[in-house]
Amino acid sequence: MTELLKVNNLVTQFKTESGIVKAVNDVSYYLDEQEIIGLVGESGCGKSVSQLSVMQLINAPGEIAGGEVIFEGKDILKYSAHSPQMRAIRGARIAMIFQEPMTSLNPVLTIGQQLTEMLVLHLKMSAEAARKKAIELLGMVGIPAAEGRIDDYPHNFSGGMRQRVMIAMGLSCNPRILIADEPTTALDVTTQAQLLELMRDMVKHFRASLIIVTHNLGVVARYAKRIYIMYAGRIVESGTTKDIFSKPRHPYTIGLLKCIPRLDEEEGRKLVPIEGLPPNLINMPPTCAFLPRCSWKIDKCYKEPWPEITPVDGNHYTRCYVDTSDVKNEPKKQ
Amino acid sequence: MNQKNNNVILEVNDLKMYFPVMRGLLRRKVADIKAVDGVSFNLKKDETLGLVGESGCGKTTIGRCILGLYRATAGNIIFEDKDIAKIPEKKLREIRREIALIFQDPYSSLDPRQNAGNIVGEPLKIHQMVMNRGEYKDRVEQLFRTVGLDPSMTDRFPHEFSGGQRQRIGVARALACDPSLIICDEPISALDVSIQAQIINLLEELQDGARELSYLFIAHDLSVVRHISDRVAVMYLGHIFEICKSRELYEKPLHPYTRALLSAIPIADPFVEETRERIILKGEVPSPLNPPSGCPFHPRCFMAVPECSESVPTLKEVSPGHEVACIRV
Repeated sequence: MTELLKVNNLVTQFKTESGIVKAVNDVSYYLDEQEIIGLVGESGCGKSVSQLSVMQLINAPGEIAGGEVIFEGKDILKYSAHSPQMRAIRGARIAMIFQEPMTSLNPVLTIGQQLTEMLVLHLKMSAEAARKKAIELLGMVGIPAAEGRIDDYPHNFSGGMRQRVMIAMGLSCNPRILIADEPTTALDVTTQAQLLELMRDMVKHFRASLIIVTHNLGVVARYAKRIYIMYAGRIVESGTTKDIFSKPRHPYTIGLLKCIPRLDEEEGRKLVPIEGLPPNLINMPPTCAFLPRCSWKIDKCYKEPWPEITPVDGNHYTRCYVDTSDVKNEPKKQ
Repeated sequence: MNQKNNNVILEVNDLKMYFPVMRGLLRRKVADIKAVDGVSFNLKKDETLGLVGESGCGKTTIGRCILGLYRATAGNIIFEDKDIAKIPEKKLREIRREIALIFQDPYSSLDPRQNAGNIVGEPLKIHQMVMNRGEYKDRVEQLFRTVGLDPSMTDRFPHEFSGGQRQRIGVARALACDPSLIICDEPISALDVSIQAQIINLLEELQDGARELSYLFIAHDLSVVRHISDRVAVMYLGHIFEICKSRELYEKPLHPYTRALLSAIPIADPFVEETRERIILKGEVPSPLNPPSGCPFHPRCFMAVPECSESVPTLKEVSPGHEVACIRV
């Protein structure tokens, strides 16, 4: 498979009064054609900001401070955010679906106006052709009687329907990459399942690639082929979905898997919470950011800076000094 | 179901909560929103009952009816030989000492202008649970320690705490009057995954350590509900569709809606996911203003037959402790 997107050492920082926040700190990942990958982390870990950086949607006081984003062989970070080249990519070649379907649609424009806008702008369609295409897209994402609903306003739609409209909008210009940022978090579970299935089918139909940004490990287990786990602005572990779930190596990933209740768990299973809190990203120490919460830590963790991301086997990488696969290193139970 | 049982702390019989819809210049009542429409269940001492369903199914309304925040349209809520649905407004305060509530959003449910100590201690003053200032201070500090907070933090204000710590304050406040029933309304859904487990474990430890404490655990996340509950009730559009032990819920769900709900929840294990049966429901939850005839689920049900639209099915016991409301089961 050919590589479609490659992000190298991306750094995005926000200058605040109390110091510099490195929201995305040396993040590298790749995405193949027609592949689905997952980017997992808790709120504030930089997963959304990393994706907004790829789209160059970072506003002051934020800035992309380094790295490259190679899309179809070109470093698109070299284009300025308002350049015609970037505008031709954003929304058309790389599209994004946001978490809140309630707030990401314009409440004073009809669904039709918002959908045709991109078609006219990017694909230079006539108003008539764009309208026809918009109706077709709405039908594809499962909006019944699309012809009658195209002139409705967002408030006429339910949350699930609005997210369907967002999916139609994201796919309208036949993008190569669709970035879904917590696409179903605000929705009910049965609607969530409907939409994730729809998204997977649509991406397949359009032969596009999908990046699912989420905090829900279940969602990525079902849909993603590979997973990147983020913590405090960095990727701490990456690998195929099966590797990550069957032999997690980074203490944070191990902790995450132990602290979520599972539908199919044994009766009486105790959850093992990760103690402490995610760190404040202002003026972080050079040591591993997970150190204060880690139960596997060794002396070396306090002395050395954050370890480099290193291969474990094959396509499985982790950012940790401790060999967590060795039972000898396992933390003692309190 | 209706038989007297000393072990039962709360008994809800055929509870109905309708909200009138007013329209026009004269604000005439034009319709009812049937948020809860004939719900019966009971809760035993020291038990956790999970109430699960999608948004708008009436699960929070039930919790509010039990606290007397809404006066039920019909039905009984028997708590310690008193019917909460019927007792006069003035007597509700006594009930609220016995029944506490933990809210969903730890950011908006704590008064930003009161310090944490006051927030936790206020119920003690209102219910005159303490005699003097010294006793008050001791009790507040003890509550802080119970929920895993440092007692020196009593002077801090809510904005100085993280989400998980705020929810601990919410738990401490609920515990202040030593209640026998706590209604937990989505207590963890606003928290990060790694923090959720801390609060779940705290709630479990409190129950193990308490003299007598029951939870009504209201949530939309079935995996969390199953983890913490002894029994689970699945709700849809104001009705309970299935009640059973939480172990049975995953192993042999009977109601088609329960089966669809279970299959919609992703499991964090790609090997399990590969072989799982998927039921993707069509359409969306109908409006409670205009619910479908008969079984409210029949327009979306994959097992529906024409008879389903004729009458509302009632809960039937299919095996000991397992009740289902479906004519196809």
